[in-house]
Amino acid sequence: MKALFGIAGMLAFALAGATVPADAQQPKRGGTLNFAISAETPNYDCHGSETYATLHFSAPFYSTLVRFNLKKFPDVEGDLASSWTIAPDLMTYTFKLHQNVRFHDGTTLTSTDVKATYDRMRNPPKGVVSPRQATFADIGTIETPDAQTVVFRMKAVNASMIEHFASPWNCIYSAKDIAADPNAPRNKINGTGPFVFGEHVKGSHVTGQRNDNYFKKGLPYLDGFRGVFTLQAAAMLNAVQGGQLLGEFRGISPAERDRLVGAMGDKIRIEESSWTLNLLVAFNVEKKPFDDPRVRRALLMAIDRWGGSAGLSKISTMRSVGGLIRPGSPMATPPEELVKLPGYAKDMTAARAQARKLLQDAGVPNLKFVLHNRNLAQPYTPAGIFLVDQWRQIGVTADHKQFDTAPYIAAMNAGNHEVAIDFSNLFMDDSTLALAKYLSHDRSPQNLSRAIDRELDKLYDDHVRERDIEKRKAMIRAFERRVFEQAYQQPILWWHRIVPTHRIVMGWDMSPSHNLGAQLEGVWLNQ
Amino acid sequence: MTAIASPPASTASRPRGAIRDFAAQQPLGALSFVIILLMTVAGIFSEWVSPHDPLRIDFAAILQPPSWEHWAGTDAYGRDIFSRIIHGARTALVISLTSSFFGATLGAILGIASAYFGGRIDDWIQRFMDILLAFPIIVLALVVVAALKTAVIFGIDINLIVAIAIPIVPRVCRVVRAAALSIRVMPYIDAARAAGYSDSRIIFRHMAPNVAAPYLIMFTAFMAQAILLEASLSFLGLGVTEPTPAWGLMLSGNAADFYREAPWLILFPGLAISLAVFAFNLFGDSLRDYLDPRFKV
Repeated sequence: MKALFGIAGMLAFALAGATVPADAQQPKRGGTLNFAISAETPNYDCHGSETYATLHFSAPFYSTLVRFNLKKFPDVEGDLASSWTIAPDLMTYTFKLHQNVRFHDGTTLTSTDVKATYDRMRNPPKGVVSPRQATFADIGTIETPDAQTVVFRMKAVNASMIEHFASPWNCIYSAKDIAADPNAPRNKINGTGPFVFGEHVKGSHVTGQRNDNYFKKGLPYLDGFRGVFTLQAAAMLNAVQGGQLLGEFRGISPAERDRLVGAMGDKIRIEESSWTLNLLVAFNVEKKPFDDPRVRRALLMAIDRWGGSAGLSKISTMRSVGGLIRPGSPMATPPEELVKLPGYAKDMTAARAQARKLLQDAGVPNLKFVLHNRNLAQPYTPAGIFLVDQWRQIGVTADHKQFDTAPYIAAMNAGNHEVAIDFSNLFMDDSTLALAKYLSHDRSPQNLSRAIDRELDKLYDDHVRERDIEKRKAMIRAFERRVFEQAYQQPILWWHRIVPTHRIVMGWDMSPSHNLGAQLEGVWLNQ
Repeated sequence: MTAIASPPASTASRPRGAIRDFAAQQPLGALSFVIILLMTVAGIFSEWVSPHDPLRIDFAAILQPPSWEHWAGTDAYGRDIFSRIIHGARTALVISLTSSFFGATLGAILGIASAYFGGRIDDWIQRFMDILLAFPIIVLALVVVAALKTAVIFGIDINLIVAIAIPIVPRVCRVVRAAALSIRVMPYIDAARAAGYSDSRIIFRHMAPNVAAPYLIMFTAFMAQAILLEASLSFLGLGVTEPTPAWGLMLSGNAADFYREAPWLILFPGLAISLAVFAFNLFGDSLRDYLDPRFKV
């Protein structure tokens, strides 16, 4: 009888095992993940980049101190840090590092490497680009009492500091490498991440192989990965449909989703989320006539965001009308308040009449300029087409020019653009991150309007120190109003993220940011 | 009494007669000429001919099928496809005409010079042409356009014209050189040399007019090739940029996403390209048949 119960129990277990949901299955080791990267990174340096193209390329090779737990987003979990403590006054952060972490060149990671990394981001040496300088400006000193401990002492409170430590851009570099050449990470990869750099064939692909000395035992599951640069959306879709590529982790358009689902049925997995990403229009205030706020304001007032949202959401990854914080998130400006801000009116006839008058007053009724844009089908091209049309309706001619990622970014960083379609690529909803892009250009190089506005800087600094949520919200509103009244930059629309992966791709977690989850540490193939 | 035959009418001196003669001998050529003429008129007067603004977005009219309001339907932005095709004719003609002209003219000059000088100069020019001919026409254009990026003057990308013109050069050079080789040995060329005329004068005043027929035929034939190249480059995202109406561009972008449910997105621009290429090819062939005495036998 006992034996019968035993056999029945084993059978039940076996049957239960057969019906265990795929996500709960035991990860399998092996296989190569081939996936699409729809833009090629200008260089390998996480610190100097703002495009996902760099993270989807470089993140698998690097570790960060802490990171977001995508299963419980936006909770933070350790990566290189095995534990950490935060002083009650938020003025000291102490991190303990994992033992025996090795860089891919065989050297051991110590707290000195962490300090050197953060020093490079907050005080970049000459010639090093660091868009996150403003974010880490509140760090006073970084101490390394021993090889496994790193202590950050703050100059001032930043209530969101731990989230900033979890930024995926904070790849930890070797102190030795950046001492030898501060710009070494642009062209050389030496991280502690789950994968070791294989090869980068420009215009084609990047490969990585499993790091057998990875400090997290048993990880990663994959033998390697191959990120294929698929600049043409049609080529990417064909490759995903044909099984040559198993996913695209940035996001595709609704029409592309429908095509894949129609062709592949249940072989493709589609995950959707609102996106911590928006396209914005930035006026270079160093170029005439964009030094005149009337001209900038007129151009923003001509854009019908509400109508654009209804139309563009059907054909592109753009969807929601929002201010500086992701619509729908706790600190976002609600629509009823948004419509009162410059550039968000619903009565477009009146708004455009006012815009024409502003241009007339500024002496440029038939304004012509070059609209600098990125050569990416989604959603940069639809955004460019939309803006050209909106501005034509107030007699303005925009010559739409699109460039590949590297020259697109280089021209904007050099201030060569007149008006640009820029992006605000966030990895969380926190206002200290979202507003940093709008700080004065000398504090925040990612502000491509190149405006200097000390009133905005003060509003930002005050809000960073404020711990009372309601007061902080009011400060965010004041900051937002100032940005839109001065019309340096303004979001066009916020995006909606749709990620396709083959059903066999497991262990990858969806989030509102395409910058997260690019390390591929826990990804495995169910084949 | 001997009847004195009157000399044959010179086609050069009586253009109206030549056109009538061409239409009579080459009716298909005349038809293709009419199509080219219509395209040219549509391109030049597109602002007045097109029923809608080709750039105007109308999200309320996204992907509408052909109707009385929109003869060729609307695209993913609600733009009128027929109006964009008419405006696209201008883009196609301007780029193909200029690139064919520059490519064919440079090819003709090199071909005549190569034949005239002969020897080492001929060898060098022809080996260089061999190198250019080794690349398929689209590959060479892709390489050039990718290397040169964009340089827009008066709304036209000069480097796109250069990219399309370069693959035309060696092909015209070869044909014109073959014709020029037979002219080089003519007594009047020897006479011109003996009279002390400069090389450039002999090439441009005495040889070039006599290779006009193959030049014109190649020029027309490469107009079709240039239209296809421009459409291909735009389709690949290397030609003109949105929202400029261009036939190749109309086949890419959102058309690739929506052509299953809205086939008119690719049907009408595709037809426009086919018709234009057909017309130029047919006209080139008819012109060759009309001008080449061997085809009159």
